[in-house]
Amino acid sequence: MKAKLASYFSNKWLQVILFSLFIIVTSAALYFSQKSVVSFLLLLSSLLILHYMSLKNVTKWITALGLLFILIPFASSGGPAFQSYMEVATMVGIYISMALGLNIVVGMAGLLDLGFVAFFAVGAYSYSIFATKQASNFMPFGNFPLGGESFWGFLIIGGIMAAIAGVLIGVPVLRVKGDYLAIVTLGFGEIIRIIFNNADRPINITNGAMGIASVTPPEIFGITLSFPNQFYFVTLFILMFTIFAVLRLEHSKLGRSWKAVRENEIAAQAMGIPLVKTKLLAFALGASFSGIMGVVFAAKQAFIDPTSFTLMESFTILVMVVLGGMGSVPGVILGAAVITILNLQVLTELTNWLNQLSLSGALSIPDALSPAKMQKFIFGALLVVFALYRPKGLIPAKNKIFDVKKLKDHRPDHLNNDTEKDSVPIDKVQV
Amino acid sequence: MLQEVLQSLPQVLVDGLTLGAVYAVVALGYTMVYGILQLINFAHGEVFMSGAFIGTAFFILIMGMGWAAEIPQFILLIIVLVLTASITGLVGVGLERVAYRPLRNAPRLIPLITAIGISFILQDVVRFIAELFNGNYIVTGPSLFSEQITLKASSISSIFFDARIKTSFLIVLGVAIVLMVALDYFVNKTKWGTAMRAVALDRETASLMSINVNKVISITFFIGSALGGATGVLFAVQYGTIDPYIGFILGLKAFIAAVLGGIGNIRGAMLGGMLLGLMEMFASANLSLLTGGVFGAEYKDVFAFAILILVLIFKPEGLLGKPTAEKV
Repeated sequence: MKAKLASYFSNKWLQVILFSLFIIVTSAALYFSQKSVVSFLLLLSSLLILHYMSLKNVTKWITALGLLFILIPFASSGGPAFQSYMEVATMVGIYISMALGLNIVVGMAGLLDLGFVAFFAVGAYSYSIFATKQASNFMPFGNFPLGGESFWGFLIIGGIMAAIAGVLIGVPVLRVKGDYLAIVTLGFGEIIRIIFNNADRPINITNGAMGIASVTPPEIFGITLSFPNQFYFVTLFILMFTIFAVLRLEHSKLGRSWKAVRENEIAAQAMGIPLVKTKLLAFALGASFSGIMGVVFAAKQAFIDPTSFTLMESFTILVMVVLGGMGSVPGVILGAAVITILNLQVLTELTNWLNQLSLSGALSIPDALSPAKMQKFIFGALLVVFALYRPKGLIPAKNKIFDVKKLKDHRPDHLNNDTEKDSVPIDKVQV
Repeated sequence: MLQEVLQSLPQVLVDGLTLGAVYAVVALGYTMVYGILQLINFAHGEVFMSGAFIGTAFFILIMGMGWAAEIPQFILLIIVLVLTASITGLVGVGLERVAYRPLRNAPRLIPLITAIGISFILQDVVRFIAELFNGNYIVTGPSLFSEQITLKASSISSIFFDARIKTSFLIVLGVAIVLMVALDYFVNKTKWGTAMRAVALDRETASLMSINVNKVISITFFIGSALGGATGVLFAVQYGTIDPYIGFILGLKAFIAAVLGGIGNIRGAMLGGMLLGLMEMFASANLSLLTGGVFGAEYKDVFAFAILILVLIFKPEGLLGKPTAEKV
């Protein structure tokens, strides 16, 4: 019976039918209800189901893009909560991109970075300083604030600034390993935050603890982007780019060098991997994704101050990576989405619900225990439980399996000629 | 400018020694655990913070009882110190049992992640309990040993100003020194101390010499956490107001102190703690003076991290540590 059921479910067309039904039901529920967090979350989770379906990769990608670009924005536009859904979805996109950046550093290269939010801050500040009057305090030329079109250029500049910051942090810590690296990067994260917090004297660069307000909103073809649903698409485009880049990087020569360095530094070096270059590239590339999203974040919030870039943020991103599975791209995407939604939607909804319950006198929960305040506890418990019982995360990382025969057939001729007698047979080598 | 620096020097020394004593004892916990397991016990700062809260709770509880007013303050302090130290010591042992022992053979990144998780859990549990009983997680303890003493530094030489100290300064310094001397004696002279050093040198060989390695590790965690908790009480007595988030940054600085002195080296941790406390106080008093107002006292945390980075780059083994080569 069970086996029969399983064989039914592995049938491609049945899967497609069930999946379409699921999407139709959830999106209809979302479209016609006033505000239904549950159906919104279910609609988002259809992407996870899609990941596990036995379809071709291309089909999956096209379906996912269709869902993200067309169906989700359309289905959530029905009720008055449209902008709040889009706000959450945008934040999810921003965090996924950052978590993917951290995944390069922690998951692939094995360098525990506890100050990752610093790069996000660098990106955010590099846009907001120049998109407000702040820049005129220290720039000898130019007319500030810059216009909204400059946002698109700043996406690249923010990425480059963050990459430079990543290299600057990377150079001194290259001699340090493991645990020390964690502490030093944590220290750097704090240093950058303290500097942003105090850089209003002697020259007012960041406006200190007051933060920078009214950042110019981005502009494209004369349209000013200021609503969450507009930022949703900006974030989505950048996120798609990030995912594409990360997937390509993972299976490139560089990605394999990162994994080698993670497994054993000395052995990797002996195999001819340049340690300094590989590690610095991990820092720089990971940081640049974070920096790009920092620019988007600054433009979306239109106000930034140092409290958005605390240690807690760095740890939140780390929790996402650990929860999803270190080194696994789909895992990290899932982890980031789960944590962000937990933070922004589930915890606040639960708190509201409990408040209503205690108002109506059904049950009384002390204020200290309200779920919105338990964030740290939940993160801590997640970290401990996952490290103890599921260290590979929700979706463990898979190494690409090479077909030995195919590799053998595709070898250049000059190698094939003299390998017959003295080299190790390649199909005996563990891949 | 030099004159102004010199004038404030006695006060800086007094404050720096107090802070340094706190750093030094907390650093001991880091350095002992690192010496034995090569693991940074990230949660140690939270153990220290729990100690501060447990101690304050005991003070409030005992002083709330009528007859307790008859007890001399000093004896009260000792009772609270012993009680708190044993509770936090047990917390430390439990922590090792739950979060570190199952992961002893895992990749080194994993225990570090559980340590961060544990420290979050401890922070939030303490916040929750404090908020439940107190209504607010920032707790102010009863003021003890608050008489002011003026140190007549100006009578030595007229270039100094007088320093003002609380009696609690003497208590903190005295207790911290007693704790450090006792630990030094324990590690170097007793049987368990010898076992501990043996495990730190080579765990497997030690276990072949009929040393119960797990027990030694538990004892190490007990002593380290008990010291941390006791320091928490001293911190609460000295500074009065505590919140659940004091442990993290103080723990980090204590770790920096341990690295400065040479991690794994107990006397190094004491030296490093004292040095870091003095340097930090000196920086926070004089930084804006020395840089002409460009950098203010806000940069004192940057200063501590800068010390860490400099030490790690130029002398990674620390002031008193021995350099080790990495083996394949």
